[in-house]
Parts: sequence; C-alpha cells; structure tokens
Amino acid sequence: MSPTRVSASENPLRDDRDRRLPRIAGPSSLVMFGVTGDLARKKLMPAIYDLANRGLLPPGFSLVGYGRREWSDADFAEQVKASVSRYARTPFRTEVWDQLAAGLRFVTGNFDDDAAFDRLAEVLRELDESRGTAGNHAFYLSIPPSAFPVVTKQLARSGLSRQDGDSWRRVVIEKPFGHNLETARELNEVVESVFPPDSVFRIDHYLGKETVQNLLALRFANQLWEPIWNAHYVDHVQITMAEDIGIGGRAGYYDGIGAARDVIQNHLLQLLALTAMEEPISFDAKDLRAEKEKVLSAVRPPADLDQAAARGQYSRGYQGNEAVAGFLEEDGIAPDSITETFAALRLDIDTRRWAGVPFYLRAGKRLGRRVTEIAVVFKRAPFLPFDNTATGELGQNAIVIRVQPDEGVTIRFGSKVPGTAMEVRDVNMDFSYGESFTESSPEAYERLILDVLLGDPPLFPRHEEVELSWKILDPFTKHWESSGKQPEAYYPGQWGPTSAHDMLARDGRSWRVP
Amino acid sequence: MIVDLPNTTTNEVSKRLVVARGESGAVALGRVLTLILVTDEDGANDAIGTANDASREHPSRVLVIVRGSTDGDSRLDAQIRVGGDAGASEVIVLRLFGELANHGSALVTPLLLPDAPVVVWWAGEPPADPASERIGTMATRRIVDTAKATDPAEALRQLSRVAAPGTTDLSWSRLTRWRALLAAALDQPPYEEVTSAVVRGASDKPSVELMAAWLALALNCPVTVEHTEPGTGMVGVSLTRASGEISIVREDGTVATMTQPGQPVRRVALHRRSDVECLTEELRRLDPDELFTDVLTKGMPLVQGVSA
Repeated sequence: MSPTRVSASENPLRDDRDRRLPRIAGPSSLVMFGVTGDLARKKLMPAIYDLANRGLLPPGFSLVGYGRREWSDADFAEQVKASVSRYARTPFRTEVWDQLAAGLRFVTGNFDDDAAFDRLAEVLRELDESRGTAGNHAFYLSIPPSAFPVVTKQLARSGLSRQDGDSWRRVVIEKPFGHNLETARELNEVVESVFPPDSVFRIDHYLGKETVQNLLALRFANQLWEPIWNAHYVDHVQITMAEDIGIGGRAGYYDGIGAARDVIQNHLLQLLALTAMEEPISFDAKDLRAEKEKVLSAVRPPADLDQAAARGQYSRGYQGNEAVAGFLEEDGIAPDSITETFAALRLDIDTRRWAGVPFYLRAGKRLGRRVTEIAVVFKRAPFLPFDNTATGELGQNAIVIRVQPDEGVTIRFGSKVPGTAMEVRDVNMDFSYGESFTESSPEAYERLILDVLLGDPPLFPRHEEVELSWKILDPFTKHWESSGKQPEAYYPGQWGPTSAHDMLARDGRSWRVP
Repeated sequence: MIVDLPNTTTNEVSKRLVVARGESGAVALGRVLTLILVTDEDGANDAIGTANDASREHPSRVLVIVRGSTDGDSRLDAQIRVGGDAGASEVIVLRLFGELANHGSALVTPLLLPDAPVVVWWAGEPPADPASERIGTMATRRIVDTAKATDPAEALRQLSRVAAPGTTDLSWSRLTRWRALLAAALDQPPYEEVTSAVVRGASDKPSVELMAAWLALALNCPVTVEHTEPGTGMVGVSLTRASGEISIVREDGTVATMTQPGQPVRRVALHRRSDVECLTEELRRLDPDELFTDVLTKGMPLVQGVSA
C-alpha cells in the first residue's frame, strides 16, 4: 500500500465530512501591549485561557506582555492568573493553566524604548526555540491610538514586523479607528506602512457575537424572511444600542468623542450593513466585505441634518435607585462640553431594496436599560377586513433581533383576543438562546482571537469599511461641532432627549421601547 | 419543580407536563430536540445529570426510560422535572415494570416534541443492533457507549457489524481532542507522508481501536495497537515519517507531551473528556457521521495485529 499523500493543502486527517474536528491555531504567540487595561484584564486574558481550556490553542502557545511595569515573568503570570480566575467563562483547570503559564513572558519598557523592543525581539526568538512558536507572532495593540505610530515604528525598527518564509506577523487593533475620515486615514497609513493590509486585524467585538453571526444565518439560511426583507414590506428599521451606565472613568477618552463616534461609527453601522446588505456569494472574507462595502457606499445622510438627527447629554437624576451626576458634572468633563452622550440619526439607503425605508440609529449612555437590538418594523397591512375598533390595538409587525442581553429573536404580530368579539392585539413570539445557553456560547473575544491566530478574516472590518463609515458620520459630527450648540439635556434612566422622539414623530413614527 | 406520578398513564403525564410548565414559568417552547435516554435503575441518576448538563447547550426534552424488573404486573411510574431541577431541559422519567418494560417505544411516542429531531442515548449496555431496535427506528441519531458494555471489545466489533448512518459511539467523541491535535500537527511543515503508526492504550477502551482504525483509514499505512493496563485510557499515538516521529503521549490522563523532530518538546493539557462534553458534542450534529461509519466498517479491518 502507498501512504496517503500529505502536502500543504492536503491533510489526510482532515476530512470534509468530519465536522467534529475543531481548527486549532498553528504554532504561534500573542504579544500584548497594554496589559494592565480593563479590556486586557476582563476580556482578553480570560478569552485566551478559555481558548486553551477548549483545546483550541496550539501546544507551546505563548503570551507576551509588554508594558511599563517592572514585572518579572512570574509577576505577570500572577496578574494573568488573577484575571483568569475572576473573569474566565470556563472552569479553572490546573493542568491547562500550568501549560499556559509556562509560555507567559513579560518585557518591561516604554513604547519608545529601543532597548526594550530589542529585548522583546530576543524573547520572541527564545520562544521560537524553546516553545516552537515557529516565528508566528500576533501583536495586540490594546493601547490608545496616539501610541500607534511609535509602537508600529518600533516594531518595524526591531524587525518584529518582518515576515520570513512561511511565518507570519499580524497586528490587531481596536476601535477607535480615528475620529473622522482624515484621522482614520492617517492612522491606517501608520499601521499599513509596517504591516500589509492582510495582516491588519481590526477588532469590532460586536462582529464576534453569536447573535450577529446568527443574523447572517437568519437572513440567508431561511426562505421565510428574504421575500419580505425589502421596501415593499418593511416600513423602517431601528437599531438601538443603549447603555445604562455613564461615562465612568473614561472622561479623558470620551470628551470630544461622544456617542456617535464611540459606537455608531463602528458597531451600529456594522449592524446596519449586515441587516441591509445583499446576499454575499459566499461567506469568504472577500465576498462578505464586498457586500458590506456596497451597502455602506449606498448610505445617504439626510439633507437637513437638524431635522433628521438628535443629540443629548444626560443630566443629573436617578438611574433606578441610584442618584447619578449629570454628564457636565462628571470628573474630567469641561462644564461647557458639547460632547453628546446620546445620538440618533436617520440614514437612507439608495438601493432598489431599501429606497424609502429609513434606518434610524440611536446610541446613548444612561438610558433605560442596557440593550442592543435591531428592529425591522413592517408596514401595516394595506387592507384590514375588520372594523376600526377591532384593530385599534394592532401595531405594526416587527422582527426584533436582540443582540444583547437575552440574545434571541422576537416576532411581533397581531392575534385575536379570546372572546366573542373580534378584537386584534399585538403579541410577541420569542426565540431565545436562553439564559442557561449563554454560559456555553463563547465570548466574542474568544472567537476573534482564534480567528486572528488562524488568519481567518471574515469577521474583521477592512479599512475601506472604516473609511465608508466615517464618510457617513462625518457630516453629522461636523455639523454639530460647527453649530457649537449644547446638546439637549435628558434625564437618566429614560430613552433620550425630546428631540429624538420629535425626530421620529415628524416622520409619523415612534421609537420602540426596547 | 418535581412532580411524582406513581402508577400512572401516558395521558396523565402529558397533561401534567403542560400544567407543570405553566406553573414553573418554563413556558417558552425553545426545545430543539427530544433526547430519549435508555438506562437501568443503577445508572439512571448519573445519566440524567449528564443529559441535564448537556441541555445547557442544547435545550431539549429528555425522556428517560428506566427499565425495571420484567417480573410481575405492568406498571408505569413517572416523574416530571421542569425549571431549576432540569437544567435547560424538561425531564420526564418513566419507570417501567413488568411486560411494559419491553415496550418503551410505545410510551415515548405521545411525549415526543412535535417536528423536532429525536436522539436516543443508551447510557449503559448497548443494544445488539441500535438501528433496528424499535426505539432506535424512531430516532435520527442513535448514541451508544461501547466503553460501558460488559465486554467493550466485543461491543465495538458488534457495532461495526451493524454500523448504520446516524449511529455513533461516545468512545468516538472521546477522541476528538486527540484527533484535533494530530490533524493540527500534519497541518504544519514538513509535509511528509506517514509511513506507519502506533496507538497505545488500555485494552478495555474501544477508543484505542477506533483511533487505530481512523488512522489506518485516513493514512493508508500500517497501524499497530499496543495495549496497556485496563483503566489507563488512551496513552499515546506516534506517527512515523521520513524526518522522524511525531508522538503524543499522555501517561497521567491530564497532560500530554508532544514530540516532533526539529521542535522543542511541548506539553499540552489533554484531560479525559467527561460524558457531558462527549454528549454535548454528539448533540451538536444531528446528521449522520459518515466518517465514523467508514471508520467502523472500512477502518477497523485495516488495523494490523494487536500486541500486548
């Protein structure tokens, strides 16, 4: 017998029919800048442990921290262990931790420290030798964008960004990708001057969420929705991302950024793109991005920016049972700041599918509760063979995709109220991933970090998408800044300023209470 | 919430289930499948616990058939568990006595979820032919566990004789992480054919034979099995290539050592998979596992001699 052929593209142990085998990342390490940040402690490190626990990281996987602290490898391991035992999703297993801990390294240095980056290069060479990471390294920049130029320059200078032969180097960056079109381009030039576009992974953690991926399944795996997913049947779409918290300790970041740049430019416009795009010819990164870019380039901001947008700042009041300060009284916020903590916009999409269907986007802090959802609201039936009184309580049909929390889908439709009279009222039908489900469904960051190590890009927005999003948002933010007007105050724990409700009322619609 | 229904009827069980769901607030119809669990009294509690835990990923209705003594009069004792006592599922335990114990399939039919897949899991001794058992024909997926048989080796040989699409063995899902590691090793250069392979593991674990059969089928090279003491589980796999040997050895049941030519020795956490993990994996795919059928029917005959 002659043994089955093995080559770079043919692995006899992988069989298309074998759907049990997970893809394990190849030999590699992850270098993390900004290890003491909240994101690293609460999300990234636990996600790495969870991946290891699920057996999805390669043997010898190593995690290198880089920061100013005077930490030894052991100190760093202590920090990682603390965050893992507190925040990890899966149970703590000593044997998994021991293997992970053996690959933990820490390099002390500033971002402009030549010697420290040379030490980092040395550490990575040592890992290639001792842990077999094979020259594959991903650099996770969990740091403010202002530090990108100096860090990327250092990565280039020390030769860390250079890929030889089969090995790869990748860079992972987080939002904000600039704060307008111009700065986004500058930032991109900085990063892409060192790493080729294919090696740059922009993380929008919303895209790693199960529900967002389920949106693609809902739309494109079913026959039920697609026929009505267009302007013939859809009246309008509302995309909401509400937070019940204030800006907390993020004043330095938030002042001058505001709700629109913080979340609408990235998360909400990505949700809009996935909701409105045409069917991609495959789920390859290239095809998926092509459709998202098409629909984003068809988005048209309204002619009258005052009438079709609203913004607000939360004032002092009560959020639930807690007395909370107003935005202008928060530490580190100028008392005359015009940064908005609530923004709502109307966008139109100039395609045959969506002409005449407004997409309303709203995002804000200190709103009624924490919720993110996409509501596709349908037109009323053109003719109702009932008395007016019978359908008095009948609203518009809707499909609501609940992104978080309580992930699932709600369908709202009219049903007869039991009794002798004909009376129709709205009822909800729920599909829920269920509370007990969530503990098994992976965190967005697990999926995204694994995809980085595998080099699998569909869930990462490309620079073109980032540019298109800024092109959509820039007219609004420029208009707000040039007007110099104070955003309208709104009470915490409610659903935003009066102007936001007026904005929909002018179109004869109203916001859902999510 | 637990409702006990001694000496009852299936009609009564259906009615009380609706009431119990309403009272406990578990009204959402989010169940995705019906899992029929066949067990005896001794294994019942462990198996129900496993099914409950697996239901966290796959909300299901679990129908537990506990076969009691066939002597004496026919009787049905039922118990309904919903809400907190049933994980993310609803559990209906049916204890059958007398002649009724031979007719489990008749009892479960009215209790199946409408228009949802049915999975049968024999938690203890596997039946001689799962696919032709009456309860097996109702299901799209049939799961056995040959490791739980009195004679595991014979149970596996028997399973290969009656292999059918949709029948799987937890002994196969126990191997997934091993298989993933081996496949990942061959993803990396140098890309060389595997010329022979050795699988080492406990003589009482059908997983060992299945691993050898899988390798023989996929690699088309001589594969030898070396048996170790019962209770040691899977111990090691080595693949011989021109440049040397890739080997994964797990002596202690939790951490494995991976050796490859030209690469440092690496340690990797590889704990034994629990039944919950295996059952959860089984429930993830409700279509037939064609590869497993091939491993049973075509792979097993290819495995070379067994050396002790």
